[in-house]
Amino acid sequence: MIRPDAELLLDIQDLHASVEDKPILKGVNLQVKAGEVHAVMGRNGSGKSTLSKVLAGHPAYRVTGGSVRYRGQDLFELEPEERARLGVFLGFQYPVEIPGVSNLEFLRVSTNARREKQGEEELDTFAFEDHVHDKLKVVQMDPAFLERSVNEGFSGGEKKRNEILQMALLEPVVAILDETDSGLDIDALRIVAGGVNQLATEDNATLLITHYQRLLDEITPDYVHVMAAGRILRTGGRELALELEQTGYDWVDQELAAQGAA
Amino acid sequence: MTSTSTRDLVSQPYKYGFVTEIETDKIAKGLSEEVVRLISAKKEEPDFLLQFRLKAFRHWLTLEEPDWAALGYPEIDYQDIVYYAAPKQQEKKASLDEVDPKLLETFDKLGIPLSEQKRLSNVAVDAVFDSVSIATTYKEKLAEHGVVFCSFSEAVKEHPELIERYLGTVVSSNDNYFAALNSAVFSDGSFVFIPKGVECPMELSTYFRINSGDTGQFERTLIVAEEGASVSYLEGCTAPMFDTNQLHAAVVELVALDDASIKYSTVQNWYAGDENGVGGIYNFVTKRGQCRGDRSRISWTQVETGSAITWKYPSCVLQGADSVGEFYSVALTNNCQQADTGTKMVHVGPRTRSTIVSKGISAGRSSNSYRGLVQMGPNAKAARNYSQCDSMLIGDQAAANTYPYIRSQQPQAAIEHEASTCRISEDQLFYLQSRGIGFEEAVSMMVSGFCRDVFNQLPMEFAAEADKLLALKLEGSVG
Repeated sequence: MIRPDAELLLDIQDLHASVEDKPILKGVNLQVKAGEVHAVMGRNGSGKSTLSKVLAGHPAYRVTGGSVRYRGQDLFELEPEERARLGVFLGFQYPVEIPGVSNLEFLRVSTNARREKQGEEELDTFAFEDHVHDKLKVVQMDPAFLERSVNEGFSGGEKKRNEILQMALLEPVVAILDETDSGLDIDALRIVAGGVNQLATEDNATLLITHYQRLLDEITPDYVHVMAAGRILRTGGRELALELEQTGYDWVDQELAAQGAA
Repeated sequence: MTSTSTRDLVSQPYKYGFVTEIETDKIAKGLSEEVVRLISAKKEEPDFLLQFRLKAFRHWLTLEEPDWAALGYPEIDYQDIVYYAAPKQQEKKASLDEVDPKLLETFDKLGIPLSEQKRLSNVAVDAVFDSVSIATTYKEKLAEHGVVFCSFSEAVKEHPELIERYLGTVVSSNDNYFAALNSAVFSDGSFVFIPKGVECPMELSTYFRINSGDTGQFERTLIVAEEGASVSYLEGCTAPMFDTNQLHAAVVELVALDDASIKYSTVQNWYAGDENGVGGIYNFVTKRGQCRGDRSRISWTQVETGSAITWKYPSCVLQGADSVGEFYSVALTNNCQQADTGTKMVHVGPRTRSTIVSKGISAGRSSNSYRGLVQMGPNAKAARNYSQCDSMLIGDQAAANTYPYIRSQQPQAAIEHEASTCRISEDQLFYLQSRGIGFEEAVSMMVSGFCRDVFNQLPMEFAAEADKLLALKLEGSVG
């Protein structure tokens, strides 16, 4: 929902970033306000995933220019765990497995880290178990998954649902979901999308990084941005996504060439 | 007698404040039969002990240093070591302000209480926390139960018959090169004796052994639990320990008679050297427990995190019928550390059982090997062993190896072996961090989960410290 007086949560200005000395982001500009849903689309290699990792603070990526302010604060001054505690959430495209660490314990520790920052009381093991059982319903997840190690042996869909479960527990202010729909069948997609919709409020915002239009059938975006060659090439409304579905990304090459020549 | 009373006088720092350094009584470097005789004479030992040392020394001369382990180190010059130095009292510092702040930082991270920090940094301890009087109260309580817990040298004077009866019966001087060396020149260590039917009322810790001076590089420890007796003994501490002596070749012997049980826990954090492993301690130890009696039980739990090289196989000889041997180990290597460690479970009697849980964590450019032997003798009917060896690799330059040896002469014995390998990657750590979990806590969570089975075996206060110790030792090893 677009409201002109909503709080500016994320202000990305001319962001440049590299991985292993290779420039990937070449001047990204993006503003996300409270209550909004943004979709970032683009081909593989356009820099979509890199954008999400840089915002979350992945150590392999180096910021080489520009700035990002999160609720007025310089995001890059904060360690990844600080960003998370302050409400920045990254839903990974390929959630990693962590054998030996119990899913329940992991969820409890991360929930408490966030709650502490929000000035809420931390939950002990018993209180947390009750708390998490309620949240399981958001993603229709079986409690048996709590006993297992983090993401160990989870199917693709189960991993994505575990991401949304974490989102439900951590109540982020800005949720960046990196290709949350990849590898999901239509039913799993509906559950994940349903979860995201349930968690959206007028005080938080969602940044959906996606390849395909179909997720946007389930989650209605306020803005659609097309990314290419490390920059946002075009911004539009919902219709832009539908247009892309029809025309594909060829026009992007033409536009980039035109810009290069100019 | 003069030297003893001077020591008593000097061991009361809380009354006299500072203590001035006394002249140390040293034998010149080098090892010869003369040196061995001199050591025995200086310690005023009875003849049987002198003969024990000489026999071991003469045998050592015929041996060649073993080189079969997966370890590499520069040749040790055995003539370049001082084999005897009388304990000395060092001048105490006035306060923690005089201590290297980096050392204090380590203590804080390990959660070591202030009074302990002072003791470890050789700061004069004030009357309220007087370690000497605490130790005295402790001794009195043990004496009530008939438990003997003193230094080995003291035991030679007070209980020579016990020493003569048990010394060398578990680890004979012929056992190996370093045991022979130790048997010839051992300095001091602990002696524990639990009489029949007594459950030792408290955990015995080397902290409480009045120990003035250096820890000694050729430590000798003997623990005997008579019929129905039990004891839990804890060696070492999480605080980093420094020593100018590089080679540590200790021997520990445990004897458990019928229905007795001994639990021996070690937390080791000897100086590991710089990032290239230069200057670290070589920890070459022979530890063995003999379940001599029926239904006896010996349990080894170790957390090895220090030393440049760790080479030890705490073992159990399961002689008595229905006896039980256990080995729980976490061995961590980082930077250029090397470890070749494991256990030997030798099943002799029937229905004996052994459990081995070994967790190796390799980080940096280190090398970590588990070497284990499970042996079933012809009389070990219905004996069982379960072994689980897990390796965790951190980063992509560390190495982990497993060398399991299984020898069975008893078709009715059961042996099970499981092994696994896993990694801590930058992505896993980032995942936890992206959920608000700080780096140290993240590593701790992963390593903790990995080590849980072993840490559960440690005495309570050490289990918590062990988690922090591992996190501390792994700092900077990922990414």
